[in-house]
Amino acid sequence: MTTRNGQNLAAAHDSLAARAVAITFAALIGVVVLGGVGFSHVSAMHNATHDVRHANAFPCH
Amino acid sequence: MSLFRTILFVAALAGIGTGLVGAALHLLTTVPLILKAETFEQAEAAAPAHSHADAAAHTAGAQESAAHEHDDEAWAPADGLERNGLTLLFTVLTGFGFALLLVAASEIAGGLQNWHQGVIWGLAGFAVFTLAPGLGLPPELPAMPAGDLAARQIWWVGTAAATAGGLALLAFGRSPLLALTGVALIVAPQLIGAPQPESFETAIPEALHHNFVVASVAVSFVFWTLLGGLAGWLRPRLAAPAA
Repeated sequence: MTTRNGQNLAAAHDSLAARAVAITFAALIGVVVLGGVGFSHVSAMHNATHDVRHANAFPCH
Repeated sequence: MSLFRTILFVAALAGIGTGLVGAALHLLTTVPLILKAETFEQAEAAAPAHSHADAAAHTAGAQESAAHEHDDEAWAPADGLERNGLTLLFTVLTGFGFALLLVAASEIAGGLQNWHQGVIWGLAGFAVFTLAPGLGLPPELPAMPAGDLAARQIWWVGTAAATAGGLALLAFGRSPLLALTGVALIVAPQLIGAPQPESFETAIPEALHHNFVVASVAVSFVFWTLLGGLAGWLRPRLAAPAA
């Protein structure tokens, strides 16, 4: 029983850690994408996203 | 399907769907107002600095905005198809990015179960990324005076993060103290205040700006409601039964 409980706990722990990693990585990709579209200071990037930044009220200029 | 792939697929599909609708709405509403504002910006740039022919176009704000001219040497899209195509592309990417944040955050709370839940999360996204930053930094048109860019970006990101944390504490906090902390987090950035320009004078007519703010916030409301609703509808269909 103890062993089995221990295994279950370990499995649950792994799953929680795996969930945390998956959620963190997905959110990080979101931050990188939005950083490029809405916040990049590169001039060409600013010009390409200009209308999207104004329309979505990202700070621009 | 692993959780990571589930989040990625739900966010990609919701982002593409919402981005296409959002881009169409922007191209019909906000973008024409941006183009109209640029005619005022160009009129200022073309006119001699101290001419009195058109007093309205030569306010302090008008001269200040000359410093905000785009870098002429950098690449810029041609007006028309190229420019609007990029608006479509980047609105889809904006949808994807925001969807990743929305779906990832909702997974911490156990994952979206249906489109109703998704709409509630979408409304939270609207509050976090449009209402809260918009209180200090309302949508603005080209040629309008504004505070330091980096300072405004930092305030925008900080306000969105604090509002998201505050809403999470309000919704999921299990004690009145946590709820109060949530309220404090939401109010704090507004008390600190967004970086503002030295002068608000501008050649942009107030009615044009008013229409732009209304259009931008309205499109954002549709964007976030659709993004949340789509993500909530997709998530149970793409997640593995075990998850």
